Amino acid sequence: MTLVRKEFLQIFRNRIMLPLLFVVPTVMLLILVNAATMEMRDRKVLICDNDLSPTSRRICGAISASTFFDAGRVAFSAHEAIASIEKGESDVALIIHKGLENDLMSQQPAAVQLIVNAVNSQQAQLSYAYMTQLINRAVGDILLENAAPAPQESIRTSVSFWYNPTLNYRFFMLPGILTILITVIGTVLSAMNVVREKETGTIEQINVTPVGKFAFIASKLLPFWLIGLVELALGLALGRLFYNVPMEGSITLIFGMSATYLTGLLGLGLFVSTFAQTMQQATFINFFFLLICILMSGIFTSTDNMPAWGKALNTINPVYYFIDIMRCIMLKGATFVDLTPQFRAICIFAAASVSLSVLNYRKRN
Amino acid sequence: MIKVRNICKSFGAVRALNDVSFEVRENELFGLIGPDGAGKSTLFHILISLMKPDSGDVALWGLDSVRDYRAIRKIIGYMPGKFSLYEDLTVEENLQFFASVFGVRVEENYRLIEDVYRHIAPFGKRPAGKLSGGMKQKLALSCALIHKPRLLVLDEPTTGVDAVSRKEFWDNLKTVRQAGVTAIVATPYMDEAALCDRIAFINNGHIFSVDTPQNIVKRTTQRIFAVRAANMRTLPALCRSLPGVMAAYSFGDAVHLAMNRHDAEAGEIRQQLICLACEKVEVKTVAPIIEDCFIITVKNQK
Repeated sequence: MTLVRKEFLQIFRNRIMLPLLFVVPTVMLLILVNAATMEMRDRKVLICDNDLSPTSRRICGAISASTFFDAGRVAFSAHEAIASIEKGESDVALIIHKGLENDLMSQQPAAVQLIVNAVNSQQAQLSYAYMTQLINRAVGDILLENAAPAPQESIRTSVSFWYNPTLNYRFFMLPGILTILITVIGTVLSAMNVVREKETGTIEQINVTPVGKFAFIASKLLPFWLIGLVELALGLALGRLFYNVPMEGSITLIFGMSATYLTGLLGLGLFVSTFAQTMQQATFINFFFLLICILMSGIFTSTDNMPAWGKALNTINPVYYFIDIMRCIMLKGATFVDLTPQFRAICIFAAASVSLSVLNYRKRN
Repeated sequence: MIKVRNICKSFGAVRALNDVSFEVRENELFGLIGPDGAGKSTLFHILISLMKPDSGDVALWGLDSVRDYRAIRKIIGYMPGKFSLYEDLTVEENLQFFASVFGVRVEENYRLIEDVYRHIAPFGKRPAGKLSGGMKQKLALSCALIHKPRLLVLDEPTTGVDAVSRKEFWDNLKTVRQAGVTAIVATPYMDEAALCDRIAFINNGHIFSVDTPQNIVKRTTQRIFAVRAANMRTLPALCRSLPGVMAAYSFGDAVHLAMNRHDAEAGEIRQQLICLACEKVEVKTVAPIIEDCFIITVKNQK
């Protein structure tokens, strides 16, 4: 108890740490959730209309009307269009060749050319898909109007997006950002906390006291475990307040899961600290592992698109399970039974990391 | 009562401690004198149960440093060479913390540390990191004593501390000893050796001459001469070439010459040096002090 009190005393004395603990999550949630969006809007489109027919105008009109595209640019030749893409003035160039309307009306296959800047492949694919859809719909309308017989009722698809009906990207991001937050606090801060005792030499002094291995580790774990949970509460409150992020599942469940996950993270942090002699080393080791774990976890990209080895690797990535847990509880209202496999995974993670760090933290040579 | 028996410890190819044995008596102020890298800290780490020896054993009042490490950690106070208190905690908080780690209240043993602590008590609310070097030492000593240990282990407590603070620190140690605490102090300063009840020389992992400082000086059979000349820089080398010289080494503003021959005379040495083209030669007999004894002892072993 005395040890824990000392830890808190040190944390609250630290003039940089304390504001950091509360400012960072707020800033992260306010900025990242909004900024790290992958929704596509206002892609710059350049149109090179060599046909200048009612059909081509109709296509151009459809594009201008879309919120995804900003179709202010015009070129008079394909060369000009390509140059514009190269200069980065436009993201997509649509080149309509002369004779488009003629081909269409005479039932010949007609073609337009679409050039997409694919530096960002995801955006390029989306642009391509939306563009194709827009053009086809416009062309389809024209053909329908001109065709004599009434169109047959074809298959009509109606789409509804479950769990995030408005496809609000923030609902997807917020649980992810919260996960990063907890993960970073849990590992980095706890590792630093122990390594600092090594760097200042105080660990030697503590080792010559009757304080046991277990008590020492526990005292180092507990404060950041609590801080992690406070941060989670803060994050959830901010999400509710600013983004109206839903909370379909039980809050108790989220906190229970987080408590388990945090235990594992703190164990991991301590494990790192048993190897590192200086804070610099600890930072680097942590950075390396966290970067891999976080980027592979499916926070920004879907893990379903990963190669098989990536998926296999993810089975030992605790961040992957936890992000899943967070999203499922918050957006889907998953219950404990639904999340049993993930819960088992983070339990194994917690047990492994804590026991490894305890074993590795040698009080005696 | 501390018994160190045949301790050996190697780090890779380096033999840090080589068959080290000595005893420390109850309520003694015992000095471990030796230069940096002699093996003092390693020996201390083994003494206080932070390290296991390769062979040999340490018994503190019958407790084995390896087997009974838990019991040992309750009865020792350790002050490492590097300041190792929490710099972000205040003076009072540090003291409070170390007291509670040992399960005692500050008031219980305050009398023991009173002499030391009252100098820093006015700065009780100041973070330990903002104290001066001397005050840090006093705080560290207070923290090491607050649980009234039977054995106090001090690793180079006065390194990097000014002369006045050093003196005060040694006065404090005397008080602590009077309170019944046994203390072992490692120091590279020869002048501090004279302040101990008994001392041991340590060099290259070997222990020599365990005795009182007075006896060690008394036992020295060599005659010591202080030599000065115009060419101070080349003087030690020239002195070593004289017959019967055991060691010649710079000592303050002179060169000390330890002669094996008991009949060596100052005048004779002076003549010999003048023959070696030395100018303004002055030679006089001096009484050996601890530093001379240390150099002679180390030289003898080689």
